[in-house]
Amino acid sequence: MTKEEIFDTVKNITVDELDVDADKVTMDAKIKDDLDADSLDVFEIMNELEDKFDIELDADEGIQTVGDVVDFVQKQLDEK
Amino acid sequence: MQDVKIISTASYNPPCVVTNDQLTTLMDTSDEWIKSRTGISRRHISQGENTADLAVKVGKQLLINTNISPSQVDLIIIATMSPDAYTPSTAAIVQGRLGMANAVAFDISAACTGFVYAFNTAELLLKSTAWQTAIVIGAEVLSKLVDWHDRNTAVLFGDGAGGVLLKKVTTTVPLTLGRHWQTYGQLGDKIVAGQTKPGDHFPKELTALSPFTMAGREVYRFATHEVPASIEQAARVAQINLDAVDHFILHQANVRIIKQIAKRLKQPLTKFPVNITEYGNTAAASEPILLAECVRKGIVKRGEIIALSGFGGGLSTGTTIIKY
Repeated sequence: MTKEEIFDTVKNITVDELDVDADKVTMDAKIKDDLDADSLDVFEIMNELEDKFDIELDADEGIQTVGDVVDFVQKQLDEK
Repeated sequence: MQDVKIISTASYNPPCVVTNDQLTTLMDTSDEWIKSRTGISRRHISQGENTADLAVKVGKQLLINTNISPSQVDLIIIATMSPDAYTPSTAAIVQGRLGMANAVAFDISAACTGFVYAFNTAELLLKSTAWQTAIVIGAEVLSKLVDWHDRNTAVLFGDGAGGVLLKKVTTTVPLTLGRHWQTYGQLGDKIVAGQTKPGDHFPKELTALSPFTMAGREVYRFATHEVPASIEQAARVAQINLDAVDHFILHQANVRIIKQIAKRLKQPLTKFPVNITEYGNTAAASEPILLAECVRKGIVKRGEIIALSGFGGGLSTGTTIIKY
């Protein structure tokens, strides 16, 4: 799966969960600061990604931007 | 046929209310932070009353409501993760205090799932023995186990008790239509409270119990996946569609978790009554407190189908779908 494909999925889930404008969800967007998410919103985005990709995202430490999430998912997919 | 009926419900929460703003004087938190992440505004905290004291108040109320004398009660089960002592059981204390000399009494320890396990256990025992009457109470003084300087857990918990009186009846409708219980012991370390330690020298001095610790992300993932699965499995056993369930009385852990469970079950939030705003998470007491409130307010009516679902420490889940 390409990075673009993962980004599209992350973007769709983020827009749905956070009820934010799709244009705001860029690779550089900070999830908590720019998209106004709290820790439980991040949990839910991770939940949805886990279900969608059949992977486990155990920790959310270090995740700041949408790009970090995309990289994290890609890493888990590569290790599958 | 012979089956079991909920004859009465009752609840009690200690009068002392602690608001989110009061907690800001103890730890770095805010009313907005707690409310938006948990749905909790206040919690009732015991001042001097222990778990059995709360349960006695509920038991007494159940006896008054039903005009049943203490000697007529055959069984009392208390679900609690904050018992007065390792022994005697909280149920035995309540049995003694209320003069229920003919009742067999024991506790069930399954944290926030405890009430469903105790409820089904009492129901099945009544159905399979000559016993006629049982009292089932969820009671907690969780404030005994809270580290009031840990903002990750201290904001969540409260104290209270709720219960039901069950009676064997001749009926055409069974009480429980379907149930599902499951335990996930490999995830046991994700919610821990009251841990004890063996001595590494002799003689060892008595040590205090450990306070609550919780792995937030894992517990959130567990609750939002396994609780909908448990409710769906109980509905399958009951051979009903979830649309036929009138009310989902869920363990009041976190309003955001309840919203996600509703979303995953594709059921309207209006079918999920909540009272966590007022009481916080009261573990095994939360479902019977909510059930009693819903009955009192006329939200839950006779003949309606209710899914009672508990989840938490163990980790564990338990759902029973009943016709009230």
